[in-house]
Amino acid sequence: MPPERIEMTSPRPSGTPADPPGGAGPAWGGPASPVTAAWRVRLRSAGPWLGLVLLCIAGTLLNGDFATWDNAMNVLTRTAFIGIIAVGMCFVIIGGGIDLSVGSMAALIAGSMILLMNGIAAQVGSPLLTVAIGIVFALALGAVFGLAHGLLVTKGRIEPFIVTLGTLGIFRAYLTYLANGGAITLDGKLSDAYSPVYYGSLLGVPFPIWVFAAVALVGALILNRTGYGRYVQAIGSNEQVARYAAVNVDRIKVLTYMLLGVCVGVATVLYVPRLGSASPTTGLLWELEAIAAVIVGGTALKGGEGRITGTVVGAILLSVISNILNLTSIISVYLNAAVQGVVIIIVAFLQRGRR
Amino acid sequence: MSLRVDFADVTKDFGPVRVLHGVSFELEPGRVVGLLGENGAGKSTLMKILSGYEALSAGELRIDGTPQRFANSRDAERCGIVLIHQEFNLAEDLSIAQNIFLGHERRRGWLLDDAAMRDEARRVLQQVGLQADPDTRVRELIVAEKQLVEIAKALSRKARLLIMDEPTATLTPGETQRLFALIAQLKADGVSIVYISHKLDEVERITDEIVVMRDGRFVTRAPTAGLSRQQMANLMVGRELSDMFPVKLPVAGAPAPLLKVEGLSVPGWAQDVSFEVRPGEILGFAGLVGAGRTEMFEGLLGLRPRSAGRIVLDGQQRSLRSPRDAAQHGLTYLSEDRKGKGLHVRLSLRDNLTLMDLARHTHPLLDPASEERALQQAVADFGIRTRDLGSRASSLSGGNQQKLAIAKVLQPQPRVVVLDEPTRGVDVGAKRDIYFLIQRLAEQGRGVVVISSELIELIGLCHRVAVMRAGRLQATLSAEHLTEEELIAHATGTH
Repeated sequence: MPPERIEMTSPRPSGTPADPPGGAGPAWGGPASPVTAAWRVRLRSAGPWLGLVLLCIAGTLLNGDFATWDNAMNVLTRTAFIGIIAVGMCFVIIGGGIDLSVGSMAALIAGSMILLMNGIAAQVGSPLLTVAIGIVFALALGAVFGLAHGLLVTKGRIEPFIVTLGTLGIFRAYLTYLANGGAITLDGKLSDAYSPVYYGSLLGVPFPIWVFAAVALVGALILNRTGYGRYVQAIGSNEQVARYAAVNVDRIKVLTYMLLGVCVGVATVLYVPRLGSASPTTGLLWELEAIAAVIVGGTALKGGEGRITGTVVGAILLSVISNILNLTSIISVYLNAAVQGVVIIIVAFLQRGRR
Repeated sequence: MSLRVDFADVTKDFGPVRVLHGVSFELEPGRVVGLLGENGAGKSTLMKILSGYEALSAGELRIDGTPQRFANSRDAERCGIVLIHQEFNLAEDLSIAQNIFLGHERRRGWLLDDAAMRDEARRVLQQVGLQADPDTRVRELIVAEKQLVEIAKALSRKARLLIMDEPTATLTPGETQRLFALIAQLKADGVSIVYISHKLDEVERITDEIVVMRDGRFVTRAPTAGLSRQQMANLMVGRELSDMFPVKLPVAGAPAPLLKVEGLSVPGWAQDVSFEVRPGEILGFAGLVGAGRTEMFEGLLGLRPRSAGRIVLDGQQRSLRSPRDAAQHGLTYLSEDRKGKGLHVRLSLRDNLTLMDLARHTHPLLDPASEERALQQAVADFGIRTRDLGSRASSLSGGNQQKLAIAKVLQPQPRVVVLDEPTRGVDVGAKRDIYFLIQRLAEQGRGVVVISSELIELIGLCHRVAVMRAGRLQATLSAEHLTEEELIAHATGTH
């Protein structure tokens, strides 16, 4: 910090202070007038919805199969993994952090829980109980990984970008090592007991969508209606101010990473029964999609403000893009990540004027 | 070679807030002009317009009769106008010569001509009287030397008008003397100087005339010789100083202090500081920049490590580890750095106000209606003027932001509140409001600590004033019959 450095080199005290650095005093950061500011906010929260509606219209026009109940359920089920992670990511980003490791973390959690379940199945006996133990283990492992991230960021004072870039490599390498370069597969009996978690449905809506909805709802409640959520926003907006206002900054930040870890755990729990295995390509680029969903949803990458609804819409919007690519042949489906990348850059470009 | 500056109806808006209201006056060439005004009077903004750091919103700036609109500070430099910032604009890791020529490097072909730059740097360093090798890294210089490098840099760019904003704020008396000698020499060489300072004795000594601004308006100009310091102060404030402050109430007889600090040491900043605050008492803290007042209180709150000290709050010994700890035990602190540590300018008024007291609005979920009531109450109690209760803190004027910040630290109902520079960057009217507010806090039986660099404020408001110098408590003086000279003498160690 330069100001401290200057003072360090001249320990001699002298003189009286003067005007604050900003000059005449008041902090100007506000846009030109409250009216346009209000409109900008409204436009920003409407933006993702608008994009989603336009995409859906385009999808319907391009392919008759797009606007069917089955396709909608299919898209939403696939969105569930990324969407649940994105809700957790939303907290981390609003709090001024980032987590690049979520894809690798999902892969390692998936591999570990499969190994555990295969290993204890014989002793436990009941496949259902085994699966239940596996699920609890997956959530706990996610929380532990998040705790490690949080402690390295706060107590270790390392940039979250660096910490999670490191664990991105560590998690995936470890999974590859555990899988010996191949795949870790769930035993057949367990797979049968577990599969309803992904394939089952309630009132015609697949189970993952219910979980996604519940996570989003709870996330929105925590962010907007609890002191914890307010503290996350305060820290992301200005960490120093929050610290001086008696907010326990480190604890709140560690909790955001743990929350995200648990979300990754939930997403993994839903994902494992789908294929019944984990391999080095499991969860590849999930970090891209989760971060993209948060940003497309109108959350500022520098932290401080964001919305869960926007994030949910952002996640759905991204899956709709890939769904349209799948259903039509205008752009190769292999370019899916490229299209998502373009979308992030465009959204970031539109947000660029914000301070 | 000097130049003439005309401000004609210069107006400046920052968002919805107008900070300069049609300022008109002229600066004659070859003189040292003292620009006076309280914090928030608009002098820094006006000088930033003159030196190309800010654009004017309306009106005209004429240099030697030609209207000018500087797009940036380089444009202004081309006209010979250079502003020397309070915090210097030097690249710490570059050498003196590299800094002097930053952005104006001499070249030979495609390569830099280091030899020529070094020679020229040596010449201007000699002119300002700094004995240093041009290859020295700026990081290794002390503050006074850095300031000389800034002046040398200005001279190397053929400055004809030098604006100095609080140049002596971080200088020792000896260094100040040398700066004044240099100013006299520059003036003899035909350089005009605008001198911004709060220290009226300096203004009296080195300026030829003064220009006074108040609340974004030009008030008056006068030859320095005909004015006393008291008259200058009255012109700045715009009324008799005695009206500014509430009548002091006697501190109730209760002998038990609310906050008692014994032998507090914060490594690098404060050593063995002891003081106490009683219910209903306003205790001031005076001292120069770097005397360690803010840092001592940050140590008290657990924001910096303490090496020694006993803290007794309301009769209980406490070891405060964080501002959260302190707030739970009835002590809150308002930082001097409003934008950096005091307020979330991007968040709404409501989110700012209730941040320290969210528990009261949680049953079990946050209750926006309850928060909204708290905001309405605070707006009424603290006289916060805003057009829209839903707006962000950044839309408020400096004075109203400050009132919001004070309201915020009072939300948890602390027994003791520490206000660090509570009137910095605030206009005269808001200042007076804040003084009366502080008085009310004392009246409610709280202990109030006011850290301030404005001596008049400390004398006018406080019951007792503690003076710190170089991390040590020099004296604790009764504010009755206290004079500014006495305070300065204790603060500079010339008592």
